[in-house]
Parts: sequence; C-alpha cells; structure tokens
Amino acid sequence: MPTKIKKIAKPVEEKPVTPAKSGRKIRLMQGNEAVALGALDAGVNFFAGYPITPSTEIAEILALELPKRGGVFIQMEDEIASISAITGASLAGAKSLTATSGPGFSLMQEGIGFAKITETPCVVVNVQRNGPSTGMPTSPAQGDIMQSRWGSHGDSPAIVLYPDSVKESYELTIRAVNLAEKYRTCVILLLDEVIGHMREAVTLPDIANIRIVSRIKPTIPRHWYKHYDENQKYLSPLASFGEGYRYNVTGLTHDALGFPTNKPNEANDMMERLRKKISYNIRDLVQIESREMEDAKIAIFTAGITARAAKSAVAAARAEGIPVGLLRPLTIWPFPDDAVRKMLRNVETVIVPELNQGQLIHEIRRLTKDKQDGNLIPIQRANGTLITPNEILRIIREVH
Amino acid sequence: MANIPQKIIHEYLRHDKKFPHVWCAGCSNGIVLGSIIRAIADMQLNRDDIVMVSGIGCSSRMPVYVDFNTLHTLHGRAIAYATGVKMFKPNLKVIVITGDGDCTAIGGNHLIHAARRNIDITVILINNNIYGMTGGQASPTTPHEAIATTAPYGNIEPDFDICNLAMGAGASFVARTTAFHAIETQNYVKEAINHNGFSMLEIVSSCPVIYGRLNKKGSPADMLKHMRDNSITLAAKEKLPKEKTEGKIIRGILKRDERTEFTDAYAQLVKKVMGGKHE
Ligand SMILES: Cc1ncc(C[n+]2csc(CCOP(=O)(O)OP(=O)(O)O)c2C)c(N)n1
Ligand code: SF4
Repeated sequence: MPTKIKKIAKPVEEKPVTPAKSGRKIRLMQGNEAVALGALDAGVNFFAGYPITPSTEIAEILALELPKRGGVFIQMEDEIASISAITGASLAGAKSLTATSGPGFSLMQEGIGFAKITETPCVVVNVQRNGPSTGMPTSPAQGDIMQSRWGSHGDSPAIVLYPDSVKESYELTIRAVNLAEKYRTCVILLLDEVIGHMREAVTLPDIANIRIVSRIKPTIPRHWYKHYDENQKYLSPLASFGEGYRYNVTGLTHDALGFPTNKPNEANDMMERLRKKISYNIRDLVQIESREMEDAKIAIFTAGITARAAKSAVAAARAEGIPVGLLRPLTIWPFPDDAVRKMLRNVETVIVPELNQGQLIHEIRRLTKDKQDGNLIPIQRANGTLITPNEILRIIREVH
Repeated sequence: MANIPQKIIHEYLRHDKKFPHVWCAGCSNGIVLGSIIRAIADMQLNRDDIVMVSGIGCSSRMPVYVDFNTLHTLHGRAIAYATGVKMFKPNLKVIVITGDGDCTAIGGNHLIHAARRNIDITVILINNNIYGMTGGQASPTTPHEAIATTAPYGNIEPDFDICNLAMGAGASFVARTTAFHAIETQNYVKEAINHNGFSMLEIVSSCPVIYGRLNKKGSPADMLKHMRDNSITLAAKEKLPKEKTEGKIIRGILKRDERTEFTDAYAQLVKKVMGGKHE
C-alpha cells in the first residue's frame, strides 16, 4: 500500500528524525509519554504546567526526568501562570514547553498571543478532550481545531501540528520544538485524548540522528541589535536575557527594537512581519500524508485519531475495488491550501470525518467551491465516542 | 549637587528611544523610578544582570524606559513571567514593577503563590489606590467610601492591606514606604533586592490626575504632603497609643525572615537526583 508523507518542500531539519539502527530499543508507550520523551530529546529544559486530564502524564514524566538532567520543572498555580512562566523562561534562554487540555488551553489564549506578538519560542501541547467547558474529561474530541488557530484575540498566524499515532507524537513534538525555535513563535501540538492514552510500540531513534534546531544567536554588537530584525525570510536572531543585549519586550504593538508604538506604519510592519513569517514559509511548514490518492475518485480528509479509522476504511474499500484515498494534514495550521486543492482536483467526492460539529470541513468547503454541496460529506460527532472504520466504510459504499 | 542624581538617571534611562513617557505631570511614578535607579546605581549592579518585569498599568510602563533587560507583560501576570525567568537563570536579579490592580486583583493568585514559594523576586508595588491607566475604576486597595468611576456612590468594599496579604502568604521580606520618602524608598529597594527570598515593597503613591480629582485630594504636592503628614514609622507606631496611629500609613520593614529560597531548594533537588553528577 503506497503511503507517503509528502514533504511539500525541503524539511526544516537537515537530518530528519529517523529510527536508529542500534542503541535505543523498541518500547511500548503512551502518546503522552512519547510527547514527554520527544520534548526531552528535542532539548526542552523547562516545563511549567498545571495538572489536567488527559494531559497530566506529560507533566508527571517531566517532573521525574527534568531534574535528572539539570532542567527545570515547576507546577504553577494555574494555566495562565504556566504559559507565562514558559515564555519568561524562553526569554532567559530555555527551550520551554507546557501541556494542558481544553479548559486550560482556553485559559492560556492571552498568553499564547503574547508569545506570538513578542516572537518568543515555546510549545503548548493540548491533549484535546470533549467540551465545551468541563465536558467529558476522559473522552476524545477534536473540538479545538479552530481554537488552536483563532483562540487568541487579534490576528495571529499559527503553527499547529497534529499527529495520528504514538510514534508520530514523539516526532511531531521534536518538530514542534524545532519550529518554535526557528520561527520564534508559540507552536501548538494538538493531540487526541485517545492518542495521549493509547499504547503503541515505538522505536526511538538514536539521539545522534535527531536533528535539533536552536534559535539563532546574534553576533553583532549590542547597539546594532534589533529584537525583530527583518532579514532572512523574517527569521531573526534572538538574544537571551543576561547576554548583554538589554532589549525591551512588550505585548503592546512595537517597532523593530521592541518599543511600544502607535504609528500606523510601524504597526503595519509588525503585523506584516507576523503574517509573512508564516505565509512566506508555508512550504517549510506544511506536511501532509496522502494515501491511495493517485486514482481516487473519493477522498477522505481527516486528522488525528479519526484518520486511523479512515485508514482502515480506505483499506477495506480498496479491497472491494472502490477508488478511495486519504489526505491527512500533519500540520493543520497553516492550512495546506495548495496541496489540498491540487490533490482534490480530480476527486468527485470528499468525506470529512471529525470529532466535532464541523471545523475542518469549513476549510475543505473553502477549497472545493467547484464541487456541488452533495459532494462534500461530513461525518461529525461530539458525544465523546470515536467514529469507527465501519461507519466511514458505509458512507464510502453509499457514495460509490 | 542637584546635577549628580540627574547624571545617574540619564545613564539608566533609554532617553534616546522611547521618550516622552506616558505619565501625567505630577504623577508619583517618576519619583519612584528615580529612587529605584539611585538604589541600583548605589549597589553597582551590572545592568545586564537585571531583568525588570511588569504587567499592565501606568506603573507597569516603567520598565520600558530603563536600560535593563525589560519585560512588559500582560495585566496581572508579571510575577508568573518573572518566575519563569528566575527559575531558568537564578543568577539574574529579577525585579517586578506592578500596581495595586495588577498585583492584587487580576494577579493576586500569582502574588500569593510566589510568596509561598519564597522565590527570590523583588516586587515593587506602586499603590495609588486606583486603576489609573483605565481611568479611575476601583481597585482592591481603593479605600472604603472613596470615589471611583465604578464606585460613583462611594466604595462599599473593604480594602486589602497589601503588606499583611504578602506576609500571610509567606513573603520573607515585606516593607512599606511612600513616594514622598524618596531616600527611604531608595534604601528599601536596596534591602529588598539584597534579600534572598520573595520581597514585597509597597510604595504608597499618588494618582493626582484621576484619584486625586475624583476624591478632591488637591494638587500633586498636596497629595505628597499628605503622605508626609499622614504616615509614621513602625518604631514610632509602637510608642504611640492606638488612637494616635489609627488611619496612619505605617512605614518600615515589617518582616524579614530567613527561610529557604525556592531556586536554592530546586538546585538542592537537582543535586540530590543527579547524585552529585551535576557539578
Ligand atoms: C486582561 C486584562 N483586563 C483588563 C485590562 C485593562 N486594564 C489595563 S491597566 C488596568 C488597571 C491598572 O491598574 P493598576 O495595576 O492599579 O495600575 P495603575 O495604572 O494604577 O498604575 C486594567 C484594568 C487589561 N489590559 N487586560
Ligand atoms: S493616570 Fe494617575 S497613575 Fe496614571 S500616570 Fe496619570 S497620574 Fe499617574
């Protein structure tokens, strides 16, 4: 069965994360454990968090492991404090990460906006649970797809990664840390409750084979340092507190030096910088898996745990001779517009299964305006249960 | 004589960058800033090692103007950001500049927990009894019956005693003075920075333009004189009968405790779990 993770462009990491020939063993582990190990392997040395199901294992593992490596673990008084502390630590030079779930993710939104406007690297892992509000804490849902893009007020482009397996949780955690460092922003890793708690075998790569990306450090004298330099595709060096650069950081709209401004032209420069940093680098950011799409007349577009069910359904339908394929974004934001448009061009029907009342489907509708309404089929559920392979298969058969 | 402090201030201000400042003429914030700069100059601290963190408010604008590592954060969150900085680089001197609203209303949770941990952060709280930046709404320290735009009939809420709050939460250094007492402020800033643990320095100040007008407190100078005439030292208080100290602002170092500082405790923990490997 041809499966490929399409690297739309050249990958960020020069040496991609690859399984080791020797050294570390195959291990049975939970998604949350994979995230914690991925964070450690990516060089995360600061974690601040607040307990919440179904993400708590990430904090618990890091509470055990970080002190052993001289890193910092701190349990904060709430999630607002957690996002604040990881942002402060990052400015002091840390690779920092926090983990939470729906209610905590909502509380973090103002702080996520601050990390983005101040271009401070950090990672927020959101192990999604059913909502709204306290919802069903131990039940899966994919209800934060839009919140992860639009949750913080104002326009702030987002980088959001979404694994569909335990192994990929490990890999995308490393990628999230690398992208945060490279793009100087708050990167979000969305996990599904089921993936966070599910156990799968994972072969960990040799540490030596893991590509680690770290922020670029300035080499120029202090009086030339601009905290928001406009070179190199909007990717600029970042000095840490205590290194002699003595810059200002503010959540107010600021100029290139980091000082507050009300001037429309300077505000515009800042906003454009935030936007272009993502949009000029789409090819570096986007990753999408395509399966059996070459001759497909029916496509399934889905992410995370729902893609696992969809993969089984595709295999079963193919066995019956139905030309169906699957598209799965590993980076859901920025949305892979060009890739999706291209891959859906020759498809007659698109099925969009998701564990919510309709989020991903808005993006697909936007990109498939040429298709009739009846050719875009939602499968939606927000009651805490999963969409099964059989349900998807039934729809595939009906469409066919 | 008058030239000397001027020169020091200029050395520490980012006067070539973001001036004029946003503060009203007659505001206490500038007096407090002067005292802080003189204290830091006296201590001969390396500016590269100072991180000044603030939240949102008139008082919280202060870091933007001074030549340190400066971090102007979100309303109420300064202490939480400062905790991240200090935990990762304990060698840095972390000073938080905050207001009564910033620190004791929206940021109250971070205040009590940082005090409980006894993390070595110096909090300088400029208490003007009002939300200045947003135009005069009631804060947790607006006195009972005072007028605010959101308490137009007089404030029916009781107010916080910030120093008692900090002491109760576990702060190991707590002091209070007023903006009028500039030299005392300067000295307490030094004591607070030198203290290894969580320190709270409350500086009773004035917002003549908003609080002063709403409550008919007179000119900026009148409000400063009121601080002079209506405050007594802790030592004086102890000698006076209770009726003579009622309603007075008590100035002094109210608490100084030696107890384990949080980043020290963390370093100990790391040493223990690494079994001496980390040296
Ligand atoms: C989350 C949030 N809520 C409300 C505000 C609006 N706001 C800005 S400053 C402020 C009050 C500041 O009062 P204080 O901390 O006492 O400082 P002062 O201006 O008096 O120095 C408020 C409510 C905000 N910026 N952010
Ligand atoms: S509003 Fe009040 S606190 Fe704010 S700058 Fe003016 S006088 Fe100072």
